[in-house]
Amino acid sequence: MDDRVILRVGAKILIPFILVFALYVQFHGDYGPGGGFQAGVIFAAGFVLYALIYGLENVKKVLPPQAVYICSALGVLLYAGVGYVTMALGGNFLDYGVLAHDPEHGQHYGILLVELGVLITVFGVMVAVFYAFAGRRRADT
Amino acid sequence: MVEFVDIALLVLLGITAFSILRQKNLFAAVMMAGIYSLLSAGLFVVMDAVDVAFTEAAVGAGISTILMLGTLALVGHSEHQPQHRPILPLFVVILTGAVLVYGTLDIPQFGDASNPAHHHVAPHYLEESEHEIGIPNVVTSVLASYRGYDTMGETTVIFAALVGVLLLLSLGPRPRRVVSNGQRISDTDSGKPVSEGGVEEAQEDTLQISPEEKTLGDTNG
Repeated sequence: MDDRVILRVGAKILIPFILVFALYVQFHGDYGPGGGFQAGVIFAAGFVLYALIYGLENVKKVLPPQAVYICSALGVLLYAGVGYVTMALGGNFLDYGVLAHDPEHGQHYGILLVELGVLITVFGVMVAVFYAFAGRRRADT
Repeated sequence: MVEFVDIALLVLLGITAFSILRQKNLFAAVMMAGIYSLLSAGLFVVMDAVDVAFTEAAVGAGISTILMLGTLALVGHSEHQPQHRPILPLFVVILTGAVLVYGTLDIPQFGDASNPAHHHVAPHYLEESEHEIGIPNVVTSVLASYRGYDTMGETTVIFAALVGVLLLLSLGPRPRRVVSNGQRISDTDSGKPVSEGGVEEAQEDTLQISPEEKTLGDTNG
């Protein structure tokens, strides 16, 4: 591990850009290709790259498995929660128009929130599945 | 020119698919599968489905390749020699493929404006999305607003998939020497390594005992 200087330095340079690009994909999804699914996968890819170069133990210090599990449930909760909030405000389930005075703004907020929910869940699930596979020891050891 | 790109991508897809079939080294096969995903993403771009292409590139070529590699680290890099002739599977695959090709004959022409898909709710989404939702990317407004239920279902499915994976993997490798038969237990007790099968045997996963392994156990006893 110690002699892979190029990999380690390269990953260190790349990871912040990967994470920022994921956020760009997330918040630019309203204007161009992209959205919660893609952003979640890219965000997870940043952590997977870290794990591949620096080892699973180190990435678990940054992002404990518990946090990942909570993320994967939290996103679904946020998505469904938006639906219940719109119901409480007098609209239909997931009818974002009631979230603001101007229905169009309400749609913006609603889409932003549910896409965030998708991002959080996809990110959590991808990292958790990676942890589950990478953390499993070989059968013969 | 566009046709040239189409044909080039399709030919590369075909070559990649066949080399996956012929490949015995699983590491190379996984890499080829990643290339296959990337080429499909290219095809989606040619068909103007950039959102789908993005997902295919990120999920198919990115994360699933990583997960396959993670699996390879557990099960070893080389494919087992098949124990029977694959004639029946070949027959099933050819039959299914023929049925699928027959099915494509009824599919409407790609890009034809009179396709049923363009006459149901699509015109409403395309024309009204800008006033009703107010964001320029119609894909996002369909995904997150018009079809918000479906996307919530998809998110829930992803979460459910995680629960399934964790349930399956949390069981851990089964202590197979204990589950196989009495002789194996005595083998481990005496500290004798059960490794006469070499690497081949070590790569066996623990879900079931293969015939080779049984014979190995017999010769040991």
